[in-house]
Amino acid sequence: MNSPALEQAAGLYNYWIVIVLMMTGFYIVLARRNLIKAVIGLNIFQTSVFLLYVTMGKVRGGTAPIIPPEVAEAQAKAMHETGHSEHGTHALGTVSEEIVGAHAAHADLPGADIIYSNPLPSVLMLTAIVVGIATTALALALVVRIREDYGTIEEDRILEIDRADGLPDDDDEDQWIDADTHSLAGSSPDTPTDSESVN
Amino acid sequence: MTEHLPILLIVLPLVAAPLCVILHQRTAAYTLALLVSWITFGISIALVAQVNQTGVIRYNLGGWAPPYGIEYLVDSLSSFVMMFVSGIGAIVLVYAPKSVDDEIARSKHYLFYATYLLCLTGLMGMCVTGDLFNVFVFLEISSLSSYALISLGQTRRAPLAAFQYLIIGSIGATFILIGIGLLYQMTGTLNMADIAARVPQENGPRTVLVAFSFLVIGLCVKMAVFPLHTWLPNAYTYAPSVVTCFIAATATKVSVYAFIRVIFGIITPGFAFDYLPLDTELTILALVGIFVASTAAIYQANVKRLLAYSSVAQIGYMILGISMSTPGGLTAGIVHMFNHALIKGGLFMIVGCFALRLGSVKLDDWKGAGKTMPWTSLGWAIGGLALIGVPVTAGFISKWLLLTAAMEKGMWPVAVLMLLSSLLAVVYVWRVVETLYFSEPTAKVLKAKEAPLGMLIPTYVVLAGTFVFGVWTTYSADLAAAAAAGLLGATP
Amino acid sequence: MIKFPIIRVITKLLIPYILLFAFYVQFHGDYGPGGGFQAGVIFASALILYGLVFGLDAIKRVAPPIVIEKLMAIGVLVYAGTGFATMMLGGNFLDYDVLEHSFNHKYLPGGQHLGIFLVEVGVGITVTSVMTMIFYAFASRSRFV
Repeated sequence: MNSPALEQAAGLYNYWIVIVLMMTGFYIVLARRNLIKAVIGLNIFQTSVFLLYVTMGKVRGGTAPIIPPEVAEAQAKAMHETGHSEHGTHALGTVSEEIVGAHAAHADLPGADIIYSNPLPSVLMLTAIVVGIATTALALALVVRIREDYGTIEEDRILEIDRADGLPDDDDEDQWIDADTHSLAGSSPDTPTDSESVN
Repeated sequence: MTEHLPILLIVLPLVAAPLCVILHQRTAAYTLALLVSWITFGISIALVAQVNQTGVIRYNLGGWAPPYGIEYLVDSLSSFVMMFVSGIGAIVLVYAPKSVDDEIARSKHYLFYATYLLCLTGLMGMCVTGDLFNVFVFLEISSLSSYALISLGQTRRAPLAAFQYLIIGSIGATFILIGIGLLYQMTGTLNMADIAARVPQENGPRTVLVAFSFLVIGLCVKMAVFPLHTWLPNAYTYAPSVVTCFIAATATKVSVYAFIRVIFGIITPGFAFDYLPLDTELTILALVGIFVASTAAIYQANVKRLLAYSSVAQIGYMILGISMSTPGGLTAGIVHMFNHALIKGGLFMIVGCFALRLGSVKLDDWKGAGKTMPWTSLGWAIGGLALIGVPVTAGFISKWLLLTAAMEKGMWPVAVLMLLSSLLAVVYVWRVVETLYFSEPTAKVLKAKEAPLGMLIPTYVVLAGTFVFGVWTTYSADLAAAAAAGLLGATP
Repeated sequence: MIKFPIIRVITKLLIPYILLFAFYVQFHGDYGPGGGFQAGVIFASALILYGLVFGLDAIKRVAPPIVIEKLMAIGVLVYAGTGFATMMLGGNFLDYDVLEHSFNHKYLPGGQHLGIFLVEVGVGITVTSVMTMIFYAFASRSRFV
């Protein structure tokens, strides 16, 4: 029971959760017969990726990545004294070295021993969640329209109806439906995505 | 102001889209969209010129230096792709109003143009950004707006096609997201150049392998490489004509661009092609795809679907060029992106003209249209020649480059198969030509008028482009060659 | 519609606090956890709750769809406008540092604060209106499904 391989596998339990969720979602999307279930499967699939990112950002023993105000003040004072707060464009590669150097130089600063979790993966996931919401809303809007046009959300049934109408690539005149009856529910979810994109 | 050009390229269409919603009036929205798309085109031409003179342009979003901030990067490859994508976007909008009036409800026009601009934003953003996560975000902006655009088609199959595309496309995008996440885990950075410098490639740790596989498969879905192309025919067939023109000419090309970036900008070709047998796999997939899709195109009764299958085949040529990973092959792949965008854009515009006048895109309904719609029919013949790759057309340039690259590499069977596959293109182009010119016109066709000049002129501009760039290659093949050299040389 | 007095009263009691919480999350976003997206969703949830309990017509009187549609666009414009402002002041797009010395400090916070505040306001407006719009888009079609 105490074999190192097993321990390692158990220590990476977050990945197991991610993999199980991912495969569940993927299976639902592939095996779906119902359009709503496909959307649910897609959501589970995406959620597993959110989890992958968020667990990636956790540092063992790390706290929330917010610098306590008193530490921030003390650091600002120290930084001001050494005059090391240049902000501008640097050539690639030098910035990271400089920051690392700056960090090393200020290792004696108050609060330098606080370990922060990595906030970046969570921030990325905020954007990805917004994208996920937009996708889900658009998908549901499309399902509503499909339901109105076909009267069903079962894919088999829809294909049957299509086949009854003729070959899948036939566009018969009588099927040309009045475009005015549809409102553009699908276009509205796009807006949040772009507003978040630059974040 | 010139230093802000890379960001203006994205922000202008991004701002114009909500302005279209505020204007609410369809002519005003159209005018704004038209104006902004042409300004975008102008900016990308200026960027091409600037890159030619001064080299790579970098722009730090928010003043944050890379690797921490998002860096926008314009080099010879991205400026080239931006140029033709925004060019097609602008010219399709000139062509659009009549067709949009006919196929989309008037109350929704302003939303249509807003969504169109968002799609353009996403495509431009994918080209210009140097940040891997930003690529995902812009990919999703362009994809989501293209799902919405496709669902505007007239038949009830349009929402279904859009839904199927959405499901497959979202899975692809999520795969890309997983790949990005794993690369971030390995390197701790999202800047492409920074990842390239940090990612351990020599022995290929398992995480990098997995990340790379996810990225490649996700992008293959978006590019519609052969076995993952199933979303494409339905999406192109049931979308409104204007949307098909725009998306067919640009969306898959930009994904190909992202693919090139991943292979040559982040992971080295050595890792992808020598350590992993990706080149052989891609070559086989590309060739199988070319033959299967071309053969499928021959049997289509619906012209839009015929062209859609032809698009899958043409993607095969691009992948073939990229998988050679020689300067010649890469140049051929890149220049074929440009040429195919022109050719397929032009052909879909012709289809739009027929759809407007004949109310159908089925081949049977086009019988004898050569008599009543001579210019439109001639346009098909011209575009068809370019698609086959007849000399002095743009299609010839890319196929010639691809052929010579294949021979240089000693891939004789590939060269022979490519020539054979062109014969298949002859067959499906000829089927339509035969129907147009050598069939008895039906009563409906006899009543049809020639397509309006407002649509014919932009179409012919694009088709003339296929000839211009078939002879004068300074701004197509030469730029592509420079881009290929930049990719294969020291990566920035 | 059947009247459920308890639900109606509780809703009326809850909505002010939901809105207040939304504003807290919005305006605290540049100091601590929070921000436009979260605030927008919370704000929209108050509107949607009102719509669920009092009916679609009632909520459409409070937040007419045409206004919501314009707000959707205005939010994005606020965001982009901040970017343009920073560009006009000589910085890069969304480089908030240039806002530092451009405005009177007595009334306005410093550069990064002001910049992120404006951007989050834009995000908040857009997210609120988009969420409400999605609700309208689906709720208006209830008779079909």
